[in-house]
Amino acid sequence: MGQQVVIVNTGCANISSVKFALERLGVQVTVSAEDAVIKGADKVFLPGVGTAYAAMRSIEQKQLTQTLQQLEQPVLGVCLGMQLMVTTSAESRRGDVTCLGLMPGHVARMQAGDLRLPHMGWNTVTPKPGSALFAGIPNETFFYFVHSYAVPVYENTLAECSYGQPFSAALQYNNYMGVQFHPERSGEAGAQLLTNFVNL
Amino acid sequence: MLAKRIIPCLDVRDGKVVKGVQFRNHEIIGDIVPLAEQYAKAGADELVFYDITASSDQRVVDKSWVSRIAQVIDIPFCVAGGIKSVEDAGRILEMGADKISVNSPALTNPDLINELHDVYGQQCVVIGIDSFFNAQSGKYEVYKFTGDESRTQQTQWNTADWVKEVQQRGAGEIVLNCMNQDGVRKGYDVEQLQAIRAVCNIPLIASGGAGEISHFADVFAQADVDGALAASVFHKGLINIMELKEALTEVGIPMRRHHGLTGTQL
Repeated sequence: MGQQVVIVNTGCANISSVKFALERLGVQVTVSAEDAVIKGADKVFLPGVGTAYAAMRSIEQKQLTQTLQQLEQPVLGVCLGMQLMVTTSAESRRGDVTCLGLMPGHVARMQAGDLRLPHMGWNTVTPKPGSALFAGIPNETFFYFVHSYAVPVYENTLAECSYGQPFSAALQYNNYMGVQFHPERSGEAGAQLLTNFVNL
Repeated sequence: MLAKRIIPCLDVRDGKVVKGVQFRNHEIIGDIVPLAEQYAKAGADELVFYDITASSDQRVVDKSWVSRIAQVIDIPFCVAGGIKSVEDAGRILEMGADKISVNSPALTNPDLINELHDVYGQQCVVIGIDSFFNAQSGKYEVYKFTGDESRTQQTQWNTADWVKEVQQRGAGEIVLNCMNQDGVRKGYDVEQLQAIRAVCNIPLIASGGAGEISHFADVFAQADVDGALAASVFHKGLINIMELKEALTEVGIPMRRHHGLTGTQL
């Protein structure tokens, strides 16, 4: 406790729901777009909803790209925030968007076959064994998803989910972690994951 | 596996939850925040709040209850009613709602759907459709301003065409309220929902008519909807959400169930 937990003010719309979820757990949080505040935090949240193109433009306008690339403490990207952590995203009308490049990887349109997109609702997640972020969370636990783009399963996948085909439900690369689902809207399971992250 | 969703709907007027029969005779059910909290704990997968007077009254409604709900519940929720512009939607989303649902204003100004999609993303744009089966013409007709009986009017749209139109414009989900069935608890309009499912490739939520557990089983099994919305059966305690989910699981409909978590606390 007594940690500095900072939510990066990306200008996206789910910032208050992430903040409220942490406050329900008794965690004091600061929402900031200032370099020094973000760098001084013990834990950093990178939230996001909307499109990769719009979010990256907002981050660039706030001159936060370098700040986010230089962080050494645990960082958790949420939903679009997770997608922004990889190298590129296909979610744009003008070709690939360059993301933050905090880890290798690419965001692609989901190939759901006959299933509907967006992938919206509660789906089961299978974490890799021994993951600290998913401590106490059994395989096949339901989390709330809403997205049409995803990172395929690859070497930085920390947890898998399947919709039409498998995709990354969570990523980890050094201190950078991300979840495609919304822990702030995933009931007890989401609260557990947020608790685990803050306790890292 | 993606679970089918059970979605209690709370009609809101002046910060109170109300329920009418076929859009009339509203009775007060209770205070909004404790009810929202209660439903989240009871196993609801999502909640919808309809501000039922907003669109028809042409006034700016106090929506501060949205952020009070966002503070207490840990499941997704959608707010409907009186959202006429990108700015209106932005305020609701900033207060912590996950989705906004637009009905009459989208009929008046369909470009609003494109704008909402472009600014906030497809995932939070829900289009509510009030559809009435006209027995004389044999057609499903879209109505607007259904929150106020004196202003309710038929539009030029038949329902399937409007469903196609809103998808093209960037809707992320459709809530189809079958007006003939609303509030009478005789079952969802499975026939209509099947017809709409065939032209709808985004999530489709059934609304209107739930009265007993078998109605939910029927609509999931026969119309392949992604979620089922209901109000009075939950408000009046006629159906317990956990029992409903157990019964649906038994007949093979995928449902989110609670898991025993064993982890640490802060």
